[in-house]
Amino acid sequence: MGRDILLSIRGLRIDGRSGDAWHPIVKGVDLTLHRGEVLGLIGESGAGKSTLGLAAMGFARDGCRISGGTINFDGIDLRTAPEAIRRGLRGKRIAYVAQSAAASFNPAHRLIDQYCEAPVVHGVMSREKAEGDAVDLYRRMRLPNPEDIGFRYPHQVSGGQLQRAMTAMAMACRPDLIIFDEPTTALDVTTQIEVLAAIRDIVRQSGTAAIYITHDLAVVAQMADRIKVLLRGDEVEEADTRSMLAAPRQAYTRSLWAVRSFARAEQPPGTGTPVVSVRNVTAGYGAVDVLKNVSFDIHARRTVAVVGESGSGKSTAARVIAGLLPPRKGQVLMGGKTLPPGFRARSRDELRQCQMIYQMADTALNPKLRLRELIGRPAEMYLGLKGRALETRIRDLLALIELEPDTYIDRLPSELSGGQKQRIGIARALAAEPQLIICDEVTSALDQIVQEDILKLLDRLQGELNLAYMFITHDLATVKSIADEVVVMQQGTVVEHGPKGALFARPKQDYTRLLLSSVPEMDPDWLNRLLAARGEHA
Amino acid sequence: MTGIWRMIGQRLLLGVLTLFIISLVIFGATELLPGDLARELLGQSATEETLAALREQLGLNEPAPVRYWNWLTGVLQGDFGVSMATQRPISELVGARLGNTLFLALYAAALSVPLSLLLGVLAALWRNSVFDRASNALALTVISFPEFFVAYILILWLAQTGLFPSMVRITGATTTGDLLYSAFLPALTLTLVVTAHMMRMTRAAIINLMASPYIEMARLKGMSPMRVVLRHAVPNALAPIINVVALNLAYLITGVVVVEVVFVYPGLGQLMIDAVTNRDIPVVQAIALIFASAYVLLNLLADVLSTVTNPRLMHRT
Repeated sequence: MGRDILLSIRGLRIDGRSGDAWHPIVKGVDLTLHRGEVLGLIGESGAGKSTLGLAAMGFARDGCRISGGTINFDGIDLRTAPEAIRRGLRGKRIAYVAQSAAASFNPAHRLIDQYCEAPVVHGVMSREKAEGDAVDLYRRMRLPNPEDIGFRYPHQVSGGQLQRAMTAMAMACRPDLIIFDEPTTALDVTTQIEVLAAIRDIVRQSGTAAIYITHDLAVVAQMADRIKVLLRGDEVEEADTRSMLAAPRQAYTRSLWAVRSFARAEQPPGTGTPVVSVRNVTAGYGAVDVLKNVSFDIHARRTVAVVGESGSGKSTAARVIAGLLPPRKGQVLMGGKTLPPGFRARSRDELRQCQMIYQMADTALNPKLRLRELIGRPAEMYLGLKGRALETRIRDLLALIELEPDTYIDRLPSELSGGQKQRIGIARALAAEPQLIICDEVTSALDQIVQEDILKLLDRLQGELNLAYMFITHDLATVKSIADEVVVMQQGTVVEHGPKGALFARPKQDYTRLLLSSVPEMDPDWLNRLLAARGEHA
Repeated sequence: MTGIWRMIGQRLLLGVLTLFIISLVIFGATELLPGDLARELLGQSATEETLAALREQLGLNEPAPVRYWNWLTGVLQGDFGVSMATQRPISELVGARLGNTLFLALYAAALSVPLSLLLGVLAALWRNSVFDRASNALALTVISFPEFFVAYILILWLAQTGLFPSMVRITGATTTGDLLYSAFLPALTLTLVVTAHMMRMTRAAIINLMASPYIEMARLKGMSPMRVVLRHAVPNALAPIINVVALNLAYLITGVVVVEVVFVYPGLGQLMIDAVTNRDIPVVQAIALIFASAYVLLNLLADVLSTVTNPRLMHRT
């Protein structure tokens, strides 16, 4: 390489505590980073990416310990150096950008105060100089009103802007190394592009080295010079970005590349009375209308994907259909019959017809109930099943979601993996024998390979049980694989609505085109081409 | 800023409504007390005629709603009526005692609030250390004893040795310095009683935040543990701390009867006990209303301070 080595990690082992026992999280990983180089760390949840990233700062979270190996940062051994030395490096020579800027900015202080903290405390520059510097960096990060934005509190600034402000904060002392821990995962696709471009430019201009942690291959392809793939605390392989993308050597890497291969055949257009029909609905909270004159139909055996950025009204539309939020105007029809606006006024049978599956299976399942009760209750309540019949039904449902009944029927949610929990969410919805299932971001908290399984399961169940799906998501790759029709929403209105094939091939509206073009592609030149095409910078 | 004034206005109105309901409860409760006030005042030997005359004079023959109305309108004009036992105006009687009670409460607060905040912050900073365990154990030990026991122990240790007086005398000639010296033991007793609650709440509120991403961020910016706690955790823990402090201040004003009795301190609590034994109903009502107002006002203050210290509520856009 011919360049200086900035960070060298050898045989690193990190343990995490569960109860009284320590179990390995990182199992002897080597990592070499040169000055000015960007290394992408990629893997599914539990791969140890964040733990490894923090270890590069000589930091282990509470409940973790670095148990072996060496971490050498520019001649300093971060494992043996005194805490005062490590503290002197953090924020000054090694900086960190967290996944959720909204949670990682202190709500009690203005952005500029948080920006100035590291340079002033580390004695790098005076407060006045730091403030001037902040405005300059805010401008380079293309934040609106760079002079004033620092004087706002975190809650007054949008998520994408906060993420850029956090990158500016990390740059404050002109560090040699920045750890980016999933910095765009929580953002909408259209916002993600701006943040990616701003991060990439500032890292390149300043010659800062970076470790870029993400689970999104297409994102890492835009950002990194080299990519290292991790699986359960072990390195799978490492190569420079282009050769890794062109020819992954390991089977696991190829399996990561191959996801999203699932695409179901587009179903014939719906005929007859739609299962659910939303007619000219206007709804909102307080004085604000979140939905404005929204209409769409969902037919049996069809999947309608509702896409849009956060705040576009997708989930509010679901709440109106479910009766959780009575609309101000318009109505919801089920099988051609007008439903009462609020769920309290609906009959038990009307409630049964429409079930929901939630994004966070973790919080949507009562942790104190066993699967028998979780799935059994709706079957008991809606269908009046008891005793032997109920038991049989629960077992059938477990078999339907591909969980072995004898093994799982008496388990608690805490004894399941994330994907299994989401399967229970599906079984609970199916227990009511509904016609419509509303899936609210059901795959976005899951790893890509698990997502694939859940999508396949939903697809199979739809065919077997004649279900209609309303599929709310911000992930267009998911839409491509499962939807029949797409409803594009922006700021509470339906911007475009049509069959998937036509909509993806020939989007009619500018907003749809913007949304579609913002989905990162695996090609390392994608971001450059896109930015050039949009004429945002040279 | 108009938002905050509006909020204060709303809370004040709610406070007035609460006090109105409390006045109804107080009046109703004293109505339920058994016994005949006139007989109590005149003793067993009184004749029926003198009793009737006294009832007439005290207005006891009027129906309850009329008496309530008369009492309420009087209170609103600052006139709590006349003590039945001493025939002196209640405002005069209560005035001096209220001053004494507030003095003792402030004295104890000035000792206990800084002490418990300091201990709470340090315990959070060095959590699970020897210091943390020791201060927790000590604070819990002290509140586990009844107040009078703590008071007698202090008298045994600090008054029997002649360091501090065990009785508080307040006359017209008492200077503030004398008062601070002679009221030290009751103030110390109260401090020991309320510190544990405030300290443990401070510690819990801070530790609760220590797992937040922004605390990790501060540590990853290389900030020292002390700075992380003081600058990043404490400002976000203020609301629960302010509320527990307000609750304990209210307790210091209203709940100190036992300590006043032990140290013969001429405060409102003693006056209330005397009034209850004498069936001096107007005095009991007046003091109950003052105690209730203290709770309402301090809670209002806590609400306002919690709002003012929270940027998310102060800068909504």
